[in-house]
Amino acid sequence: MDALTQALVDILRPLGITEPVLQFMLVNAILGISIYLTLYTGMFSLANAGFMAIGAYAGVAATQFLGMPLWLGLIIGMAVAGIISLPIGLPVLRLKDIYLAIATIGFGEVVIILLLNFDEIISSIATALQGERVRIRLLEGARGIKGIPKSTETWMLFAFLALLMFLLWRLHKSRLGRAMAAIREDERAAANMGINVVYVKNVVFVMSAVVAASAGVFSAHLTRIISPGAYGFDKAVDILSFAVLGGTSTWVGPIVGGLVMGALPEVLRFLNDLRGVFIGLILLGVILFLPGGLINPAGVRLLLRRARRALRRRADAAERSSHAAP
Amino acid sequence: MLHLEAVTRQFGGLKALGNVNLDVAKGRIVGLIGPNGAGKTTLINCISGLDHPTSGVIQFEGTPIHNAEPHHITRLGIARTYQNIRLFGRMTALENLLIGQHTRGHGSLLGAVMFSRAFRAEEQGMRERARELLNRFGLLPVANTHAASLPYGDQRRLELARAIATQPKLLQLDEPTAGMNPVETHALGEAILTLRDEGLSILVVEHDMAFIHQVCDEIYVLNFGQIIAHGTPTEIKSDPAVIEAYLGSSDDGAA
Repeated sequence: MDALTQALVDILRPLGITEPVLQFMLVNAILGISIYLTLYTGMFSLANAGFMAIGAYAGVAATQFLGMPLWLGLIIGMAVAGIISLPIGLPVLRLKDIYLAIATIGFGEVVIILLLNFDEIISSIATALQGERVRIRLLEGARGIKGIPKSTETWMLFAFLALLMFLLWRLHKSRLGRAMAAIREDERAAANMGINVVYVKNVVFVMSAVVAASAGVFSAHLTRIISPGAYGFDKAVDILSFAVLGGTSTWVGPIVGGLVMGALPEVLRFLNDLRGVFIGLILLGVILFLPGGLINPAGVRLLLRRARRALRRRADAAERSSHAAP
Repeated sequence: MLHLEAVTRQFGGLKALGNVNLDVAKGRIVGLIGPNGAGKTTLINCISGLDHPTSGVIQFEGTPIHNAEPHHITRLGIARTYQNIRLFGRMTALENLLIGQHTRGHGSLLGAVMFSRAFRAEEQGMRERARELLNRFGLLPVANTHAASLPYGDQRRLELARAIATQPKLLQLDEPTAGMNPVETHALGEAILTLRDEGLSILVVEHDMAFIHQVCDEIYVLNFGQIIAHGTPTEIKSDPAVIEAYLGSSDDGAA
């Protein structure tokens, strides 16, 4: 496994992609799956960054404070995010489109603020209970938790991503997957087909939260330091850009989008200060000229058809001129 | 089998439906006609659970359904089509019919992940049934075409096929002949009569009187949210209240 990773990194090194970069590309791909699930069901949710934060903090609490192994931290991080997502989803998923986006951004902000003030809140509760002043320092507010073991390995990310891709493939073949697509197409008609729209939406929201949390646990054990600021609105928009770049017509899209967005800053390093500008231009270009994203079978078919027609026209013209010549 | 008693639907000050009493017996085709804005679609929405009556009772085979969710109502055996076609546009004709069979399946995500025998058998069965329906409605050649890119007539037929895929006991059709020429309308009428002969009860909202006469066993006439007449097509044709609702009273005619 390590040899394989090494070989891959050797191939990618000329592009400026080293193993740590590759690791973050893979974390991004997992996040891409997280936002794909909600978008595929027609839900414009930006809660992924918030659930990533919950996963990261819960996972680190398990490994750092309780000394558990990474796999147990992963399960705990995912479970905590899943449990929190349920009472959030029930009221919030009654909203649609941009209103859902705003509500989920709000959720993300609440998570950040709670994490920032977690120590203060716990301390004041303890003070009230004990009757004397207690100071608890656990999450360290804006300074964040430092010295997390770097226990995430590249092969784990590959394996986990492969597992998620397999599950996604099977999801698309299942009744639930079809119901998700039907809800995206027409919610009321889906309900009249006997689909329990509220149930499906909530299940998908929980799945999306659990996947985002897994990315949070993995990335926390790569960066070795986590602070609430890393999971704010910027991060939510970053994750959305994976789906915009890759496209959501197939599940491959957001994965590729995440990989590419992870690689771009390194690949474009030679541009120095203009890097951000170029990444923005690339995104803009995709939105304008490839509205279905980079991975869009229908769009590719259309392009191919156009190209074939143009070639045929040129061939016809050539034939006509060769007839006309003598 | 379907029984409506004093159904009222109020939108603020507007009474879209007032004290509607209506019955659909098993194996009957019941027509619902009335001028534009009479409340026909509101009534169908109430029966299919997209809307709920402000007061009154709707029973289906003895079960009250006026406060039920749409998916429960579908599971009980009521299906519908829409006045403006509402297919799942970016899915193929076949996939639309698979969605139609959603309630009749039990396959879980776990079954799909494990490639379980039950899951595969069920999927196989659903696909076969979808192909049967496509064949029946002459849609087999377009099975793998996206619903949105089908011609209008095919979309109408696919929507009907999708409603039947839910295996309903009662089918509600909201202006099924809209946009069809007389030949297509007549063919649809034949198809609906065949469905009735197979034991389906049908409630159909329509404006096309020739079609109504072709298929309906009885007719309810709705005007300003009130049932103003009920009877066989021949009785309705000569009912003065109906003529007034559609053509205006003789005073208006003189003025």
